Amino acid sequence: MLAASLILGSGLSHAASNLVFCSEGSPAGFDPGQYTTGTDFDATSETLFNRLAQFQRGSTQVEPALASSWDIGEDGKRYVFHLRPGVKFHSTDYFKPTRAFNADDVLFTFQRMLDKDHPFRKAYPTEFPYFTDMGLDKNIAKVEKVDEMTVAFTLNEVDAAFIQNLSMNFAAIQSAEYADQLLKAGKAAQINQKPVGTGPFVLKRYQKDAQIRFTGNKDYWKPEDVKIDNLIFAINTDASVRAQKLKAGECQVTLNPRPADIESLKKDPNLLVPSEPGFNLGYIAYNVTRAPFDKLEVRQALDMAVNKQAIIGAVYQGAGQLAVNGMPPTQWSYDETIKDAGYNPEQAKALLKAAGIEEGTEITLWAMPVQRPYNPNAKLMAEMLQADWAKVGIKARIVSYEWGEYIKRAHNGEHDAMLIGWTGDNGDPDNWLGTLYGCDSVNGNNFSKWCDADYDKLVKAAKATADVEQRTALYKQAQHRLKEQLPITPIAHSTVYQPMRKDVKDFLISPFGRNSFYGVSNER
Amino acid sequence: MLSFIARRLGLLIPTFFGVTLLTFALIRLIPGDPVEVMMGERRVDPEMHAQAMERLGLNKPLPEQYLDYIGKLAQGDLGESLRTREGVWNEFLTLFPATLELAIAALIFAGTLGVLAGVIAALKRGSLFDHGVMGISLAGYSMPIFWWGLLLIMFFSVGLGWTPVSGRIDLLYDIEPRTGFMLIDTLLSEEEGAFVDALRHLILPAVVLGTIPLAVIARMTRSAMLEVLREDYVRTARAKGLSPARVVFVHGLRNALIPVLTVFGLQVGALLAGAVLTETIFSWPGIGKWLIEAIGARDYPVVQNGILLIACLVIVVNFVVDILYGLVNPRIRHQR
Repeated sequence: MLAASLILGSGLSHAASNLVFCSEGSPAGFDPGQYTTGTDFDATSETLFNRLAQFQRGSTQVEPALASSWDIGEDGKRYVFHLRPGVKFHSTDYFKPTRAFNADDVLFTFQRMLDKDHPFRKAYPTEFPYFTDMGLDKNIAKVEKVDEMTVAFTLNEVDAAFIQNLSMNFAAIQSAEYADQLLKAGKAAQINQKPVGTGPFVLKRYQKDAQIRFTGNKDYWKPEDVKIDNLIFAINTDASVRAQKLKAGECQVTLNPRPADIESLKKDPNLLVPSEPGFNLGYIAYNVTRAPFDKLEVRQALDMAVNKQAIIGAVYQGAGQLAVNGMPPTQWSYDETIKDAGYNPEQAKALLKAAGIEEGTEITLWAMPVQRPYNPNAKLMAEMLQADWAKVGIKARIVSYEWGEYIKRAHNGEHDAMLIGWTGDNGDPDNWLGTLYGCDSVNGNNFSKWCDADYDKLVKAAKATADVEQRTALYKQAQHRLKEQLPITPIAHSTVYQPMRKDVKDFLISPFGRNSFYGVSNER
Repeated sequence: MLSFIARRLGLLIPTFFGVTLLTFALIRLIPGDPVEVMMGERRVDPEMHAQAMERLGLNKPLPEQYLDYIGKLAQGDLGESLRTREGVWNEFLTLFPATLELAIAALIFAGTLGVLAGVIAALKRGSLFDHGVMGISLAGYSMPIFWWGLLLIMFFSVGLGWTPVSGRIDLLYDIEPRTGFMLIDTLLSEEEGAFVDALRHLILPAVVLGTIPLAVIARMTRSAMLEVLREDYVRTARAKGLSPARVVFVHGLRNALIPVLTVFGLQVGALLAGAVLTETIFSWPGIGKWLIEAIGARDYPVVQNGILLIACLVIVVNFVVDILYGLVNPRIRHQR
């Protein structure tokens, strides 16, 4: 009896519900505001923190979280959030909260990102790249505390995607009380190592490159979402090893399998490998500021000369669907009536001839040096495009740089045509049509350097409207214009595979590629 | 002996500066700055970019950056990681025990098996065993670690299920890191069976990492042993009627091991280089993985000082081996 209780009592009770997740890398830190990658967000924002609103698991729809409801002013510029009462911050060995979550916490979180002279930011200087990238630093005019449980945001311009933006991972709500304590102790930087949030899991221990241990938050405001006592991230950078570990039962969920491993994972009777069309797009961007791409006929010709089906077969190994528009079909306001011109090298040749382009004209085609969710093998894709275009008399020279350099030079417009892509951030059409092809993005993510007045008017009008029907109509028109002008050739939306053990229940594939374990259980 | 040590010490200082200059220059020769790498395909706001570069001290001219770096080093400050903002020294200290544990296990594996195989091969020169050892060691020496590691995982972990796929321990054991050496930490913890589990995790990575040193040591022992067995004192010992075991192990092996000792020293560098790959395959949380990740993120301080620390380690080990070599082999000391 004594021996039995000793065994049961030692360390982690194996009767408790445990789940091991084979994650792909160490988070750089635990302050979600500072980071931009899924690896950082999975380990922090999705587990330890909440936002004012959040994306429903497995969907791009927004649901209330730390704000139980919100009102939007007549002019669409004032948002009043009613905060959820009784939400507790984590109690850890480095912090014991004395009060529940309130307006001060929201104020602290956003003031710190907005105000460069904020005392906490002075004590711990850092950047908030995602917040800046989404333009929130410019658009949020002020954040005010109306009362203990009410916060009002005032915007400079109408932003139809504002709630979606606040649901994104970087907008995780921090504890003002904890920040005060850190500031007084002169340890502001610790906010990045010893996190305190309101999320479904509490950080227990982190060992770089090895593991992150979380325990279920017993005081979570939505108790039915915490079904795991011990959540463990086992960090494995190699995709093949992660797949082997899953097969061996050393973890129950993993991510980003290599296309070559998918068949063998599917065959394993202990595993499930559900898939979803990815919320992404891999495309060719033509630099329209350079000859010969300033000519519409040339873009049309090259677009027609691309054998997309062959690329999807070889590059995506079938795990992708042909892309027609500048955003994925799962994005609301996607126009299904738009059709591809289709593979037609003969007509492409004729178009080029009509445009006065000589046979053997040389161009550069840039290929990314890295594997991205929207393009598993850019080099192979470039080689296939090279062959396709050679058939119509265009000689493409493939160029590649180190990833950071690639992007930097592309921002400078040094390319003729380049491979690139995007994964949706917030489920709003503007995150595609505005961010990637709008005039304001010409020095940013608009790698075609395409600024079309008609198109831009439509996109801007849509963004300034809150009415979904009206926005949908405008975005559909914009997609037509994009298809006529062809600053890009959409190639494919990759398919996302999610391998897991059969014992795992209710794990949903996030369109944004997030891995969240609230609501998930392990029935082993 | 003292002048010998002094000569060797004198060499350390220029070597040290050479390493600082090399690592400083090399990481900067790779294009891409940390801010760009972090943002991926996202736009980097020029203002934010400038701020970040200023905060990181990367907007200064290169010579100034180098002087800053050396100045900080002189004060014993290894800087902090650009990404995690943890002290480089702290990160090194928490991760190094894992690498050391793996390297020691690999050396024990390579040393015992290598010396044994080498001695037997030498004694049975020309036999099937000898040819086998020579052939296998050649194969082992040219084995790409990455492929070898995955092959062993496929066979022993996935196929037979004898060893775990990766990591240092089954994560359902909650082991508090105290010394950083998993074998010791599991003994200090109260988790039953954790030690054996940690040992099982160590086997494959140690074998993979030890394969190349094993091949080198086996070949080296064999040739040194062959040479020693021809020496007069061995013949004398045999003529005196000493038992063959005593002749081989006391008179022969002890002298044969002198050159093997140098090989051991040289293998430390090779081991650390191999650790980078081995740790990546087996998700072994040591300095090898740490450096790979830092290079990918253009984390300058970690790359510079991580490599510097490893270089110092290799230099020190080689220095110690040199001294030991001088002690056991008096002929060396008096040269030059």
